[in-house]
This record gives sequence, C-alpha cells and structure tokens, in this order.
Amino acid sequence: MNHSPAPLHIPDGFLNIVISVAFWLATILIVGLAIRKSKATLKERHIPLMGIMAAFIFAAQMINFPVAGGTSGHLLGGALAAVVLGPWSGILVMTSVISLQALLFQDGGLLVMGANIFNMGILTALIGYGLFQIVKNQDRGIQFAGIAAAAWLSVLAGALTTSFQLWLSSTSPAGLVFPAMLGVHLLIGIGEALITVAAFAFITQVRPDILRPQSAEGNGKYGWVIVGSIISLLVVLISPFASTDPDGLERVAENLGFLGQAQDTPFSFLPDYTIPFLGETEFSTIVAGLVGIIIIGLIAFFIGKAVQKPAPVEEHTHSN
Amino acid sequence: MFKETTFNVYQASQSIIHKLDPRVKILGAVGIILSNVLLPDGAWLAFGISFIALVIMVLLAGIAVSFVLKRSLVALPFVLVAITILFTLPGEPLVSFNIFSWHLTITDAGLLRFTSILVRAWISVQAAIILTATTRFPDIGHGLRHLKIPLVLIAILSFMYRYLFVLSEEATRLIQARAARSASLPDSPKPPVRWQAKNAGNMVGQLFLRSYERSDRVYNAMVARGFQGQFLTLTPHTMVSADWFGLAIILSMLSLIQIIGHFF
Repeated sequence: MNHSPAPLHIPDGFLNIVISVAFWLATILIVGLAIRKSKATLKERHIPLMGIMAAFIFAAQMINFPVAGGTSGHLLGGALAAVVLGPWSGILVMTSVISLQALLFQDGGLLVMGANIFNMGILTALIGYGLFQIVKNQDRGIQFAGIAAAAWLSVLAGALTTSFQLWLSSTSPAGLVFPAMLGVHLLIGIGEALITVAAFAFITQVRPDILRPQSAEGNGKYGWVIVGSIISLLVVLISPFASTDPDGLERVAENLGFLGQAQDTPFSFLPDYTIPFLGETEFSTIVAGLVGIIIIGLIAFFIGKAVQKPAPVEEHTHSN
Repeated sequence: MFKETTFNVYQASQSIIHKLDPRVKILGAVGIILSNVLLPDGAWLAFGISFIALVIMVLLAGIAVSFVLKRSLVALPFVLVAITILFTLPGEPLVSFNIFSWHLTITDAGLLRFTSILVRAWISVQAAIILTATTRFPDIGHGLRHLKIPLVLIAILSFMYRYLFVLSEEATRLIQARAARSASLPDSPKPPVRWQAKNAGNMVGQLFLRSYERSDRVYNAMVARGFQGQFLTLTPHTMVSADWFGLAIILSMLSLIQIIGHFF
C-alpha cells in the first residue's frame, strides 16, 4: 500500500474505552457543527466538489519525497484543505478521508476513529485556517511563512494529542511516548510545511480565483484567529514540557486524579501505571475522563465564540 | 507503485455473510471491537472465543483465512508504540538482557499488558477486514445512512470512493512522470531537500487543480442527467428475519464473551 500509514493513524485496541468515547463525543460535536454551519454556505454543487477534494487529499498523501535517514516527506493535508476550502469544509473533507481510510483499508480503527479524526482532521484544520487568517492579507513572503508554521504546528498538534491519548490509555509510558512522537513529527512536520507552502503557491499562481469563494465560510475572522492561535500556543507550550519533563506531566495528572478521587470515592489512590480495569475508579480512568471533559468543554466554548462573532467587529477588517 | 490489489478489499461471493444487511455487519464489527476494548487484560479465554467466532465468520463468508491474516498485519507497525510498556510496568522481572548499553528487564505486568494490547488490536482489525471484505463500499454507505449518519457526510464519502481510484491513478502518473524525468548518475550529488519538496508541492498543487476542475465537469454532467442532490438506490435494504437473527446471534455472542471475560 503506497499511502504510507503515518504513525498517527491509531488502530483499534490501543486506546481505552474512556478515551475512545470522549474523543468520539468531541468529534461528533465539532463535525456536527461543521455540517450545520456549512449547510448555509454549501450549495448542491459543493457536494461533488468536497467528495473529489477528499479523494484528492487521499491521492496527494501518496506523493512523497525522500528526507534524510530513510524517512520520507509527505502530506497529511488537514492544513492545506482548510486553507484552500475553508475551515468547515476542511473538517468535513478530512473526516471523510479518515473514515474511508479506516473503513476501506483498515488504516486506523473504527472505535478510535473519533480520536483519529480529532487529531488529524479537526486540530489540523483549526490551526491551519486560524493562522492563515492572520497572514491572509499580507504579502506573499509572510503568507508563506504563516502557512508553513501552520502546517508544521498542525502535525505537531496531532502528534501531541496522539501521545496524550496513548499515555492516558496506559498504552505507552509518558517518558517515552512524548519525546519519541514529538521528535519524529518535528521532522515529518517540516515535510508537511514545505509541501503545503509549495502547493499553496502553485494554486494561487495558477487559479487565484479559487481561494475567494471560501471567504463566505470564514465569517467571524477573529474567532478563527483566536481558536487557531490558542491551539497553536498550547502546542508550543506543552510540547517542550511534555517531551523534556514527562515526570512533571505525571505529577499534574496525579494531582488531577487526586482531586477527582477525593470527592466521591473511598478507594485509596493506586500507584500510576496500574492496569485499568474498566468501570472501576482508577487513576487513568479518572484522569482520562477529566481531560476529555476539559477538552470538549474548551473546544465547544471556543467554537461557540468563533461562530457567534458580533458583526460590527469584522466590518472594518474585511478587505474584500 | 500503484497496485490494483491494494484497493480490492471486497471479496465477491454469495455467502450468507455477504447477504446480511450492511447495518448488521457494521454494528457487528463495531460491537466486536467494543467488546474487545471492554475485556480486561489477560482475559485469554474471552479473547480466544472472539477469535474463533471471527474465524467461523470468515469460513462462512468463504474468504481465504490467509487473506484476512495477511491484511491484519496493517496494524503491526503501530505496535512499536506500545512495546516500551514491556519494560516500564513495575512487576516481577521475567527476562533481562542487554542491548548495546541498555539493561532491559521484561516484567510480568508489562508482558501481560503488552500482549493484551496486541491481541486486542489484532482481533479488532480482523473484524474490520471481514466487514470490508464482505460488503461493497456503496452498501456500507447505505448502511451508514440507515444508521442515521448525516447525509452530507455519506454523500461526500460516496463521491470520494467513486473518484478515489481515478485520482490515485492521476497521482501515480504524476509520480511516474517525475521518476522518468529524474534520472541521475549513481555518484551525482542528491538534489537539495528544498527543491524536491517544491517539486512535490507543485505536484500536489497540480493534482488539486485537476481535481477541482474535474468536480465542475462531474457536477455539470450529473445535473444534465437529472441529479437533484439526492442519492437513490435500487436495493431496498430492509431488515428481513435472517438479518434480525444474525444480529441477535452476534449480540448474544458478545454478551457471552463479556461475561466470560469478566467473571472467569
């Protein structure tokens, strides 16, 4: 199979039930919102367009080039899809790509599909579109730099949440999964950034008219900028901390676990790295639940903010 | 580079598994995967029964067991992610050895956790393979539609599936053309990564524009033939008694597996 299975497509069995369900809920929430929002702007003719764009992302993932040490640079595509098609369409297209890869090629699991869509489709599109909005009206050099940063960060964000999911499912110890995942994707992200910028440059040079229609979808520009910037900032702040000081991360999680446990259960705290038996209030289950709820809450909050931007703010910022 | 076989997951046949309603098969596959994740570590008897149940389904469907086994290796590279748990879970040491300067000890708790993850992933991927091997993709789409997945998503998925092969071939042609033009002497210096990346990016951009323009043509052709924004199907997809029976068997089997996994 030539579409190289990137180490971000998590198969079934690697995430526990709490994490799988939590990320399915987050994904359903956001994809549902994307469907609702895009109904307003989507016309009948956009359905074939989105389907073919999803097939395009799938095919584009086959195009690669050699980077040092036997690894190859290739595209994940979430940032590019969001930049070219708009954020909601980008999310829908990436959702389709990831679902089809799982359903047809078993590239990524079914029960963990929510997590996979979240990592590779939603985060990448939000970062890609948010950061692109900042540089959209600047000159080309700055545009390229912004898109490169967005593409690089989108890969890193996916690697970061994947590591969190694996760690919270007690599949990999924090001390190894964070440095390994983030280290590899620092490099993979460079390939993503280079291809995304080159593809963007090519498209805008040959068909500059294509990027215009999506501005209708990008209503509430500041909202997207805020969402994209906050996720990017989180990635930038957490990644170095997680990969150099995983013990610190464990302490934080332990504290969270204590907090959750002190309230309702008489069980004594079990040491970390215990095997999670389901249904029992244990370290990983509680932390997983808490983190899931926090993530869902944050995302719902910011997306809500992004969607209902007051009209007067954007009037004097829209140049077209 | 582009192998026909990699896309041919569906194994045509008229077996009873093939004839089951796609809804039943989708729910069954997700059910087995869910049951797997719910089983505690080391529930070998329950994992064994799950595996045997899948083998029976493969035999009933008339698919080659070797086909399923071979395809189930797709999830294998990801095992690397879990392998470190062998050495890091505290427990009774089982084996110790030295690799280079590292002293590694496999613990019993680590081994239990690792093999459980491995078995879970392996059985789950087989369930997904059986679904894809016995159900045509358009039927999976109809099944998802009856399971109340939003129509927009299914429409996008159907179009994606229809043009996946066309665009993958397009990409393959681009890759072949690049390979044909990029002959180099064995000892000539490698072109810089930046240049290669720009090249790949141009190919992606090229592919994008071709896809974009194709979607216009596709839409116009569909409107010309009477497309009104809805997909229609000739197959009725109604649940008959055999489908309910199949669903009941799968569900009772999964409950049994859960009981065995948790109490024995």
